[in-house]
Amino acid sequence: MDMKAEKRFRDEINQMELVLPAISVNEGMARAAVAAFCAQLSPDTTELADIKCAVSEAVTNCIVHAYKHKKGNFYITVSLYSDKTVRIAILDKGCGIPDVRRAREPLFTTDSAGERSGMGFTVMENFMDRLTVTSRAGKGTLVVLTKRLGRLATEE
Amino acid sequence: MFRTDYRLEIKKRDWLLVVRLFGEIDHHSAVYMREELDKLILKERPRRLVLDLSCIEFMDSAGLGLLMGRLRLMHDIGGVMALTRPNERIMKILRLAGMERFMEIDGEGAKGDR
Repeated sequence: MDMKAEKRFRDEINQMELVLPAISVNEGMARAAVAAFCAQLSPDTTELADIKCAVSEAVTNCIVHAYKHKKGNFYITVSLYSDKTVRIAILDKGCGIPDVRRAREPLFTTDSAGERSGMGFTVMENFMDRLTVTSRAGKGTLVVLTKRLGRLATEE
Repeated sequence: MFRTDYRLEIKKRDWLLVVRLFGEIDHHSAVYMREELDKLILKERPRRLVLDLSCIEFMDSAGLGLLMGRLRLMHDIGGVMALTRPNERIMKILRLAGMERFMEIDGEGAKGDR
């Protein structure tokens, strides 16, 4: 399928925006809200679990790393497309990541005392189809997760 | 409903301690679970700790940190740790982190629960 054709089939059909304070109780809230919104594309239970997990990782990063448990908000935009693609953008206005490539390496963590697994980005990468991380020191970080649902059902 | 609810159910026999975890394990709940598990481990000092994950509905990488931390503590007191009955979704993240290289998953753990 060429790019043009792909674009044509990818009309945005719905969008949700969510602003929440970066406190840990909101992790469950954020992933539940995103999952509930994505449910209209009828994902299977594995796809939904993958999305919940990826969102949870991104939100943890906002709380622990971007704002370092200080005050701040994170902003989630979920877009649903007609080809059953989900795009989830998670933005924070925290400290930023100085070396994104290094941060994305499995087991890398800046907080070894906190019993972190260093697997956050690895989980996001593996549980979604695509992960992009854009960051600027002192400005914040944008994480974009995309996943196309119902792959097995439509391609078989 | 959005507060992460968690609960532990404990079974003890001789040197074996089986703990069934309930709820969701994320960065929020892991802090509390860690505290309770450590208190329990240091009090009972089992030779074998089995964590039953059958009632865990959600787990992210904070759970991996929690499990690795308890494994370390069990090693420190000269014991071993195993996991039993994780669901498919939880098995996926355990496998992603290569946890089966560090601890037994299912097998013996299922016996301990009987």
